Amino acid sequence: MINRLFAGLLLAALALPASAAFDVGQLMTDLARHKGGKAKFVEKKYISLLDKPVVSTGEMSYTAPDRLEKRTLTPKPELLLLDKELLSIEREKQKLTINLSNQPEALAFIDSIRGTLTGNRAALEKNYLLHLAGTPDKWVLTMLPSEQKIAALVLRIVVSGSKNQIRSIEYLQADGDRSVLSIEPLEVK
Amino acid sequence: MSRAGRTFLLWLLAMLAGAAIVWNSRFSADMSFFLPAHPSAEQQVLVDQLKEGAVARLLMVSIGGGESAQRAALSRELRGRLAKLPAFVSVQNGEAGSEAADRDFLFRHRYLLSPAVSPERFTEEGLRRAVGNSIDLLASPAGMLLKPLLTRDPTGELVEQLAGLNAGAQPNSRDGVWASRDGERAMLLVQTAALGSDTDGQETALNTIRQQFAASAQAVGLAEAKLQLSGPGLFAVNSRATIKDEVARLSLISTFAIVAVLLFTYRSFRLLGLGLLPVVSGTLAGVVAVSLLFGTVYGITVGFGAALIGESVDYGIYYFVQSGRNGLAAWRARFWPTVRLGVLTSVCGFGALLFSGFPGLAQLGLYALSGVIAAAAVTRFVLPPLTGEQIGMRDLAPLGRRLAAASQALHVLRWPVLVLAIGATAVLITQRDQLWNPELSALSPVSPADQAVDMALRADISTPDSRYLVVIHGATREAALQAAEKTGAHLDRLVAQGLIAGYDSPARFLPSQATQEQRRASLPAADDLRRKLQAALVDSPLAANKLEAFIADVDNARQAPTINRDALAGTSLALAVDALLLNHPAGWSGLLPLRTGPQAIDSAQLRAALAGSGALFIDMKGEFDKLYNDYLHEAMLLALGGVLAITVLLALTLRSPRRLAALLLPLVLAVVIVIAGLHLLGERLHLLHLIGMLLIVAVGSNYALFFDRTERHRPLDPETLASMLIANLTTAIGFGTLALSEVPILQAVGMTVGPGAILALLFSAIFVPRETAA
Repeated sequence: MINRLFAGLLLAALALPASAAFDVGQLMTDLARHKGGKAKFVEKKYISLLDKPVVSTGEMSYTAPDRLEKRTLTPKPELLLLDKELLSIEREKQKLTINLSNQPEALAFIDSIRGTLTGNRAALEKNYLLHLAGTPDKWVLTMLPSEQKIAALVLRIVVSGSKNQIRSIEYLQADGDRSVLSIEPLEVK
Repeated sequence: MSRAGRTFLLWLLAMLAGAAIVWNSRFSADMSFFLPAHPSAEQQVLVDQLKEGAVARLLMVSIGGGESAQRAALSRELRGRLAKLPAFVSVQNGEAGSEAADRDFLFRHRYLLSPAVSPERFTEEGLRRAVGNSIDLLASPAGMLLKPLLTRDPTGELVEQLAGLNAGAQPNSRDGVWASRDGERAMLLVQTAALGSDTDGQETALNTIRQQFAASAQAVGLAEAKLQLSGPGLFAVNSRATIKDEVARLSLISTFAIVAVLLFTYRSFRLLGLGLLPVVSGTLAGVVAVSLLFGTVYGITVGFGAALIGESVDYGIYYFVQSGRNGLAAWRARFWPTVRLGVLTSVCGFGALLFSGFPGLAQLGLYALSGVIAAAAVTRFVLPPLTGEQIGMRDLAPLGRRLAAASQALHVLRWPVLVLAIGATAVLITQRDQLWNPELSALSPVSPADQAVDMALRADISTPDSRYLVVIHGATREAALQAAEKTGAHLDRLVAQGLIAGYDSPARFLPSQATQEQRRASLPAADDLRRKLQAALVDSPLAANKLEAFIADVDNARQAPTINRDALAGTSLALAVDALLLNHPAGWSGLLPLRTGPQAIDSAQLRAALAGSGALFIDMKGEFDKLYNDYLHEAMLLALGGVLAITVLLALTLRSPRRLAALLLPLVLAVVIVIAGLHLLGERLHLLHLIGMLLIVAVGSNYALFFDRTERHRPLDPETLASMLIANLTTAIGFGTLALSEVPILQAVGMTVGPGAILALLFSAIFVPRETAA
């Protein structure tokens, strides 16, 4: 038992040089190769005021390089569409369109997702300090806002995934609330 | 006193009386020149909007030059300065402060303003549903705005209010203030205290903005800052300046040119002075008549004076030249009937315009009509006593003889002219679809450059397109607001059906007192609400005991007074309400602008949906187009009526179909060739070209008549021929000067009648029946 644990530690130590070769640059290259696809998502928001998390589910699709669609099915149908700089939200009969170039904070927030999807390191590093852990098969990218205005909204963004597929995005907000978006790919192109 | 002295004294008294009237006349250069004299209910809304509406008081300001941050600083500085001045009701530049004030107001009064507040909403079931909705909304990115307010507004009344607003059409922003689409200019939106129809007030406001801008640019150290302004107020001020300049410039050019021609002809300052009497009398009489009948004289009407100078100087020329050799009695017997008939045809032509519902056109008609009559009367009754038997006119017979020889030779041009006319007719027939400019804006005195700036600024600041309006009326503000709410309920159904995307209403930010009281009465007392919440939120993730702030807010709202217009002060919502709620002597009007969705608005469907509700649906562009088409249609009838009246008059006088045809032929040919010529020069025809055609016939028939009259008795005598040439020259100068105008209305008349008059004389000479001459 002790031996096995020791062996595990040893293996991990041996693996270190190998994982050191896996850096942000490598991950970005992998991600950039991803040309898009469809996925199911489950998003859980943990809000301190509420006794239970708010859960929403639906489908997401991404078309490289700048079109992201998030279609929520429960609890209320909603469509969120990001097309270049235009973000639109359709909910019931309401439609809201925001030009992100007017909203630098929102753009930085959106760029955390878009930069990861497109493997755009420059866009991410403009607003965040990046820290990568894990292996190409199971990596965790932690982003810490470097800009005061963004830090006032979000403390940390943690994206994890496997190869060029993102599997979850977690936001820790400045007010202590947290949301976790889990992604289940439907097909991989 | 001698007879001449008495006559002159009478004339002088009449002139002085006229001058006194003119001195007290009101002159105007506003857009009402184009507005219908007897508007329909729909058109009345247009008129009100242009005169008093909030849109007519909006000025758009753009700041260019420097860096984005510098422009933003300048925008803030300018807003700070302008907002303090009483000349401006509101100054917006997208700074965060003003939006916070709006949101604050909406949140503070949410229970009086939210359309969702009703007794049902505060039952157990209603609360469960409303709170449940809010929690569901937290799952959406849109819910992030709601989260900090959840404990105070768990039923989501702020969301309910914002749902009706169009958040999509916000201008861009850079460095915290509004910016143009490309980000290269900072933008502000200013509402003046002065009405749109108060051109002086608008001019003062514009100058104030320019001064404050210069001071602001200096304060923030942006020397190369560039200011651009646009808006209805600027148009009014610029148009007035243009028309003022034009009136002075055109009259001066026309007067100088005509005086030169007369001096060359008369070689006598005495005759020149006398010859100008009919002109001065005619011009004065025109303004007096318009002032007395219309109350207000439009600048454009006075601008038309240049043409009248040319036309009214003719009578003096005829008199001096023709009576020079034959004496006064002979002139009266032989030439006066012809001149009189010519005057009558002009009266028919100008008189037709009197019946126009387009006040500008009716004024032009009255002005010209009274001017021509006064000039002819002065020629007939005042000039002879003053000149006496010895006119001392120089002999124009040599000039006339050369002209007579030339006019004989002109006969060979008959066939070429006919061929040309056939060609022109062919052009007009084949290209009849492209002849006309279908837009009312063709008549607008606003320069294309100003229009282009306006379009660009409008697009940059995303000013709402208020093409479709629903209008309601009420005797009091409260009645109008209640009507707006009732109509709003109709419109909500249309929104649900997808016929329209949404609408604005003054009742959105200022509900009627009745509605506010109903909403307030729906709010339960604190203990009651606490009990209901406990029951409603049993299974909810949101515990009822976290909502004490909500209970306190509802309790406050139960005791707070209802809001009135004054409560909105300091928010941009006040601007919105004032823009949508107009007070006029007959009561209050409320405007409910509609927003179009992906589906175009079907006017018939909307009218049907609103039928019987007392609300009026208006398509502003449609109304403008309809207005213009009405004018055009009417102008066509008037022009035809005028030509018909002239024809009947001539037919009755001539009593010979052959002579009538011979007289009308050159006029018709002149019209056809001029119109085809204008078209080939790339001119898109509009209403005033049409009026110009009528005037070619009215003015041209004077020359044709002389040829007809004189030919019957004996060969055309050289003096008469010379007088016609000179008269034609002055008329062509008068109308031709208008062609130099930058005001499209005057330019069109000038371009049509100037060449038309010359061709009418030329063709009359070419087509004089030869057998009678022989």
